[in-house]
Amino acid sequence: MSAVTTRRDFLIAAGAATGGLVLGITLPVRGGAAPSSTDVNAYVRIGSDGKVTFVVPKSEMGQGTYTGLAQILADELDLDWGAISVESAPVNPVYNSSFAPMQFTGGSSSIPGSFELLRKTGATARQLLVSAAAAELGVPEAELSTAHGVVTHRASGRHVGYGALAARAATLPVPANVTPKAPADWKLIGRPLPRVDTQGKTDGSAGFGIDVRLPGLHYAVIARAPSFGGKVASFDAAAAKAVPGVVAVKEVPSGVAVIATNTWAAIRGRAALKVEWQGAAAAGLSSKTIAADYAERAKQPGVVVHERGNVEGAGAGHRLEGDFATPFLAHAPMEPLNAAVAFSDAGLDVYVGTQFQTVDRNAAAELAGLPPEKVRIHTRFLGGGFGRRANPFSDFVREAVAVGRGFGKPVLTVWTREDDVKGGYYRPQAHNRLTATLGADGRPLAWTHTQVIQSIIRNTPFEAMMRDPKTGIDVIQHEGASELPYKVANLRVAVHDSTLPVPVLWWRSVGHTNTAFAVESFIDECAHAAHQDPVAYRIALLEGQPRHLAALKLAADKAGWGTPLPKGRARGVAVHASFGSVVAEVAEVSLVGGRPRVHRVVAAIDCGLAVNPGQVAYQVESAVCYGLSATLYGEITLADGRVEQSNFNDYPPVRMAEMPAVEVHIVPSTAAPTGVGEPGTPPIAPAVANALYALTKVRARRLPLAHTTFA
Amino acid sequence: MRIDVNGQTHELDAPPEMPLLWALRDLLSLTGTKFGCGAALCGACTVHVDGQPVRACVTPLSALADKKVTTIEAIGATALGRKVQDAWVAEDVPQCGYCQSGQIMSAVALLAATPKPTDEDINTALNGNLCRCGTYNRIRKAIHRAAGGPA
Repeated sequence: MSAVTTRRDFLIAAGAATGGLVLGITLPVRGGAAPSSTDVNAYVRIGSDGKVTFVVPKSEMGQGTYTGLAQILADELDLDWGAISVESAPVNPVYNSSFAPMQFTGGSSSIPGSFELLRKTGATARQLLVSAAAAELGVPEAELSTAHGVVTHRASGRHVGYGALAARAATLPVPANVTPKAPADWKLIGRPLPRVDTQGKTDGSAGFGIDVRLPGLHYAVIARAPSFGGKVASFDAAAAKAVPGVVAVKEVPSGVAVIATNTWAAIRGRAALKVEWQGAAAAGLSSKTIAADYAERAKQPGVVVHERGNVEGAGAGHRLEGDFATPFLAHAPMEPLNAAVAFSDAGLDVYVGTQFQTVDRNAAAELAGLPPEKVRIHTRFLGGGFGRRANPFSDFVREAVAVGRGFGKPVLTVWTREDDVKGGYYRPQAHNRLTATLGADGRPLAWTHTQVIQSIIRNTPFEAMMRDPKTGIDVIQHEGASELPYKVANLRVAVHDSTLPVPVLWWRSVGHTNTAFAVESFIDECAHAAHQDPVAYRIALLEGQPRHLAALKLAADKAGWGTPLPKGRARGVAVHASFGSVVAEVAEVSLVGGRPRVHRVVAAIDCGLAVNPGQVAYQVESAVCYGLSATLYGEITLADGRVEQSNFNDYPPVRMAEMPAVEVHIVPSTAAPTGVGEPGTPPIAPAVANALYALTKVRARRLPLAHTTFA
Repeated sequence: MRIDVNGQTHELDAPPEMPLLWALRDLLSLTGTKFGCGAALCGACTVHVDGQPVRACVTPLSALADKKVTTIEAIGATALGRKVQDAWVAEDVPQCGYCQSGQIMSAVALLAATPKPTDEDINTALNGNLCRCGTYNRIRKAIHRAAGGPA
């Protein structure tokens, strides 16, 4: 074994138990002691049988990260696509994100944050194999080439497979500063390769969290308070225990758990349970009151979070005002929340589809009274995440640990769909009030944006990272508002921090879903007030924003912006930057029976280098669909402190018949990769709303659009 | 209760009102059939009963006497099922993948009844199958592919 210092970590090679090569990373060891082979946390394992395994620290929730990351590593290793298998990593600091000191998947950060590390890891592993081959064949390294998992001596044609070289490679010193391939030599990066996880996702064998089956496994559901913040006052378990299959009824911090031999019995047991609740913080709360309060507050100045020029001194002109209200939204991933726990003498094993491995591991350890190293998180496939499985409070993992602790057998705690829809941790409700003063040329002289919204990170460790200590406002409350890309000399963005007792969380694209709807609707309003074409108006104001311009022009061009449409159809546009990328979308709409119908969406994304253009396109299409569900229908409302929705009947996502044709175009780029999973979401609501305005001259002031009469 | 699943007969210690979904998943460990809503709203639990697509989450075991249940785990044993799964792979359909068992089971049932479906046929037959990842357009393409091209 040997190690070498890189800027960030020690890249380290070691022999695998099977006699192969493990290339991984170890953190600098206190006292300078050499790391032992057991400290090696692999990114890549090459077995003596030639099997190459990529240990992925990121969670696969549909975004294709297993595929894109494997593509980078496989390319540098000169492997054929399909010759690398993927497994999920355990929790270890070596797998921490380059964006935060924790292992997580979110913020559209997986490819951007891993690209250089994986290139270097793959190139280093390849170099070790080449060195081993040089020794094996007795030839200079310079005479060797790698391809298809084999090192070949070009002159003689003699060759050795990686498997046969792995054990020797593990004994060699790890070379420092190996240069990854030049982009011109990439064979896999930049290609729309098929996903690595498709087979199991078409034959039922893919293992999601909810599919864990352990010997002696029991199943639990939890009765939770009908209003947020409510606690158990008392409960009567007699009727629940009488349900065949129910094994135990126990109080847990979030309510009363019913444990049974199968999920159905647990659900029936819960229905028979009698629970008295007390002390709900959200008692009496109603969405209508919240909306009215927010609208009123938005007229007041708020805490200024971003300012340039002098809004008051900008001069007189045509003044516009626009109010834009957005509701709470549930993430509603297709796989309901769940986590399985198994206590043993070796500690605690947690089987879960999570985006937040480190946070969940620490929460489970704390609750179980175990040292963190005794808690093992087994990351399963996630049946959708969208942010809901990245909870700083680890709600569903804590619950599962509380349920399973002391039970004596493994327990899988499952949320029903009703639990999920009613269970909180929503995208925050918000109110955005914008004003603009247009000069004689129609361009904004001044622009103000005042927002009322809860903070997602209140009382979490993320406050230290994301809250501005000067203002007390966190950056994700106003992201997408403060970075206004349009050329406006006098700008003020202000926030009213709301402190409702409704649990809120990041929802695909986080603050941008609220702000993009407001900003991109309002700039459209400005364009119409100035009697200018919405695309031309934006282009004029995007001077010095080459990525916005490129995405906007590409989308407009491919959508045939300005060309005639059949009667009853209209187009709308929006462009928005988030997670390092810029996405423009043109939506084509009509009214069917008075209701909006989106027929076609043409999107253009600048995400830097597209590692897998196919998956990039699918993610943008996915974001369009996810955002469209919220645009047309999605809202969680409270009445008398209780959530009014319960399942897909009253929280309806877009179905197949309503899915528009989606075309995605990628702006050619050789820049470092930027986010892909989320940036397609923010533009869809304003693009659709703007198209409906073009069609009907009715401006949507509120989402979902189901509240607006367009006919 | 006695049920026939994927050609095998199982004696289950379960009440007759237990939905098939939970018998499959929790009693038989056939976890390919998914729980999504529990109310026949999302289609993730779609299986075949005597070849017809049904939502396992609202189908009680008592309704299955003398009937044959087929799940995603066995659909690939039929020529049509295999063809549909292959089309799904060829079109790179799944993202998170959670809904895809149900989508495939609905697609196979559609193609069995309508070998050359139109877009409209597909939209109608699969409108009960939700996908939060938005793979609908590729699902439609995969069904056309399995049918041997657009109708």
